[in-house]
Amino acid sequence: MIDEQTVRHVARLARLGLDEGEVARMQAELSGILEHVERIRALELDDVPPTTHVESVANVMREDVPTECLEHELALREAPATREGGFLVRGIGA
Amino acid sequence: MTALHELTAEAAIRAIEAGETSSLELVDAALERVTSDPWHAFLAVDEDGARERARAIDANGERPPLAGIPVAIKDALSTRDLTTTAGSRILEGFRPVYTATCVERLERAGGIIVGKTNMDEFAMGSSTENSAYGPTRNPWALDRVPGGSSGGAAACVAARQVPLSLGSDTGGSIRQPAALCGCVGIKPTYGAVSRSGLIAFASSLDQVGPLARTVRDAALTLQAIVGRDPLDTTSLEWREPIELPAGERLDGLRVGIISELNGEGIEASVRGAVDSAAATVESLGGAVEQVSLPSVEHSLSTYYLIAPAECSANLARFDGIRYGRAAEGADSLLEHYERTRDEGFGSEVKRRIMLGTFALASGYYDAYYLRAQKVRTLVVEDFARAFERVDVLMSPTSPTTAFPLGERTDDPLSMYLSDVCTIPMSLAGLPALSIPCGFADGLPIGLQLAGPAYSENRLLGVAHALEQALALDQAPPEPA
Amino acid sequence: MSADGYEPVIGLEIHVQLATRTKMFCGCALGFGEPINTRTCPVCLGHPGALPTLNAEAVRLAIATGLALGSSIAESSIFHRKNYFYPDLPKAYQISQYDEPIASGGQFAVLAEDGITSVGITRAHLEEDAAKLVHLGAGGRRADADESVVDFNRGGTPLLEIVTEPDLRSAAAAAEFLRQLQLTLRHLGVSDCNMEEGSMRADANVSVRPTGSTELGTKTELKNMNSFRFIEQGITRELERQIGLLEAGERIAQETVHFDPDTGAIHVLRSKEEAHDYRYFPEPDLVAIVTEPAAVEEVRSSLPELPSARRARWQEELGITFEDATVLSESVGLAAYFEEVASRADPKLAANWIRNELRSALRDTTKQEPHESAVTPERMAELIGLVADKSLGAKPAREVVLPELIETGDPVSDIVERRDLGQITDEGELYALVDRLFDENPDQLAQLQGGKDKVAGYFVGQAMKATGGKADAARVGEIVRERAGL
Repeated sequence: MIDEQTVRHVARLARLGLDEGEVARMQAELSGILEHVERIRALELDDVPPTTHVESVANVMREDVPTECLEHELALREAPATREGGFLVRGIGA
Repeated sequence: MTALHELTAEAAIRAIEAGETSSLELVDAALERVTSDPWHAFLAVDEDGARERARAIDANGERPPLAGIPVAIKDALSTRDLTTTAGSRILEGFRPVYTATCVERLERAGGIIVGKTNMDEFAMGSSTENSAYGPTRNPWALDRVPGGSSGGAAACVAARQVPLSLGSDTGGSIRQPAALCGCVGIKPTYGAVSRSGLIAFASSLDQVGPLARTVRDAALTLQAIVGRDPLDTTSLEWREPIELPAGERLDGLRVGIISELNGEGIEASVRGAVDSAAATVESLGGAVEQVSLPSVEHSLSTYYLIAPAECSANLARFDGIRYGRAAEGADSLLEHYERTRDEGFGSEVKRRIMLGTFALASGYYDAYYLRAQKVRTLVVEDFARAFERVDVLMSPTSPTTAFPLGERTDDPLSMYLSDVCTIPMSLAGLPALSIPCGFADGLPIGLQLAGPAYSENRLLGVAHALEQALALDQAPPEPA
Repeated sequence: MSADGYEPVIGLEIHVQLATRTKMFCGCALGFGEPINTRTCPVCLGHPGALPTLNAEAVRLAIATGLALGSSIAESSIFHRKNYFYPDLPKAYQISQYDEPIASGGQFAVLAEDGITSVGITRAHLEEDAAKLVHLGAGGRRADADESVVDFNRGGTPLLEIVTEPDLRSAAAAAEFLRQLQLTLRHLGVSDCNMEEGSMRADANVSVRPTGSTELGTKTELKNMNSFRFIEQGITRELERQIGLLEAGERIAQETVHFDPDTGAIHVLRSKEEAHDYRYFPEPDLVAIVTEPAAVEEVRSSLPELPSARRARWQEELGITFEDATVLSESVGLAAYFEEVASRADPKLAANWIRNELRSALRDTTKQEPHESAVTPERMAELIGLVADKSLGAKPAREVVLPELIETGDPVSDIVERRDLGQITDEGELYALVDRLFDENPDQLAQLQGGKDKVAGYFVGQAMKATGGKADAARVGEIVRERAGL
């Protein structure tokens, strides 16, 4: 249904560092769910348009008028690590 | 006089207006039950803030509609400076820098926020057992789940901690816990209530709504929060104000029982309660018929592709850089991401992220996500056809009553089936509500009513008439 | 190594920062050089629950650009989420248009050294910019830095990405395309298009193929070019590199390359171990942009005349060449200057005088553009008029009057008088002069009358000498023949 390699690939795309046990469990669980979900693959849907929004509204926009920004201190308040007024990130080049 | 915590919002408002009590007394009574909290309905309590607001309202002559009424907010809604975790470890201790629009509106209407309620992590679950902070217990049976994901929001109303709460519903997360806890829960039309400040699970499905003990209390709350918000471009202009229902008859009303949701897979006691509610509809002057919605059988599959796909993107922002918890000691950026998210998310959230990432991935998108969006069209069309024949659709809210804690935690699919009755309306963006319609073995049973978009007033009217006729408002036993 | 036998094939992807006051999806004011993280809000920091709201002005500017490029404006366009993790992308997805962009198709003609090229426009789509990463490491280069900080001031800036067809055939043409695009977008007020500040950024898709072939070679994506000069140099170097590889019998890999302006070298970027899978899907937080034809017309009618439209009009109505029109429409000021002069003097002469004489004289002296100089359109038209009606010789006009005009801005008639340059327009004076010259040179007159027509030139030369060049040589020649009875 879904092989281990695919599970690892998807986990990497989603940036989830699954350990070996989680990979195996995920493979079994996802396969079970996908088996259920497979039922819709049998439906004849060629002429059916997709629904992305249930609403039919369009052109909802904002005027180009500035609003108040966050105080610098508040913007950084919840950050796990900051440096020189910015959000700290380590190991980008690693 | 009835104990203060026993009062519905309407009764409490009358009591304040009559000078029999004050907002501060109501808030104190609520806080007493909120801080002891044997149900673990709350994740955060704002005692000082609530008392301060209560005093201010008592001192101020203005009487907005909910003036001085204690309310609880699901922890999925952003509240400035008040810890908001969405039930997740990754947001442990997170204090938002802004407040959700619906919460602001509730406060403007006079509601006093006493605290934040427990939930399945990021609203993914049907039992509140996926909370990183431990499950909430059902007030009717402490060894059973309250439903989910708004389990805390339902339990706190059922347990008479507060008369009103706000929840959020993506596939049934207001209605199903309302059913399992024996209270009223409304999922409004998609777009009726601003999502600004609602921590997103599945953006095309998420909707905020009230939980309350009575239909009129729920209507009062909904009244305060509906309407267009410039911060949410999918929110709708609400032209017809929400009215407080008063009628007791259902003459001329056409009600359809969804035949796909009244047979196999539905517990006999639940079916029985729904059938007797149908009989009550007829006794009040309405007509009941069976209505078939063939695509309903594919709703669950469709939902479990669309919701995870959207969640996989919505939850990607939790990366331990701007807020929330970060893994320590990572050597590379990749390791930082992978460990932060592995440590911060619980297993159900990871499962949904994986499922959604898979459904959107190159080579699978057409087979899974796109097909799901097409089936969604079929669901929308089925409902449109049904509403040519009937005014309101009826079904159980949940196939079962509250199940024991731990019963479904090892079987994701069986947990997903808890939402089989509520998901179709979510996919179609339709308003739906749950009211109590009976008891089985001392556990409440919920009845779901659904209507076309914008039909909230009619749904509230039908729900109110049935509520009056069924006369089921009972308090659960007080914990020892 | 030789470029002979190979044809370059170049397409461009240009990111233009739209000249709005606020960000694409939130009301944070745009700035440049503001203190770090002082232009942020829950939306552009990607806080939980914060939702995007679309900037109407960004949509209007995108439509204006689409019209300028001859694109068709989509009746309905939507946004997608483009998913990938990076610290400068707060939501871990970029809101971008994908397969339903706001503008598609179109043509944009440019004049380069190798002629006129009409470049196909593939599409133009709206998206939000990423934030800025500031690397704290010693060298400031990514690989050296183990610590960086994110500044979200720029994050969420509205961008329009314009993608061209691979229609460009030289590095110079590519650079010229960008110059003309910059000119047009500035003219429309769509963008500052300041390459140094990053409000215009270009990537080039570069490939080569054997001359005469219609198949496309393997392309590389040349990134990180922040001036027209570097773009031209970079593409030139990359073309050379590709031809070198092919000549050596090697294959070109589809990869991303950087041009280092300091060394002139092309660096191949390490290919990522993990292939990108952006998992695009329609953005559920935003509704569609529906553009009715009437709304498009409203934008169209609000636009100033585009350089391309103006060029076409000049060619048709004023009869000037594409080359003249292109040069003269390079800036709004120069174009207005030309139009003013052309309304008072012969347009073709005006184009020639402004483009060649005036601009080169200014380049050598004050380094100004015509419209910035002391030479007002009225003065310029006066000068051209005097030359046209032969009151002033072309040579003195160019060599004496123009430099003085640039210096003083005085009326041309004053300068002509001051310098005594007025051409003799009194016919009687010319007849008297010719008669006198015949009297003084009987031998030459006899030769002329004997059939030696060349001798007429001798008398014209004498007449010019006698008048100090103020006679109209052609008219004198006619009088000489008339008086000689020829």
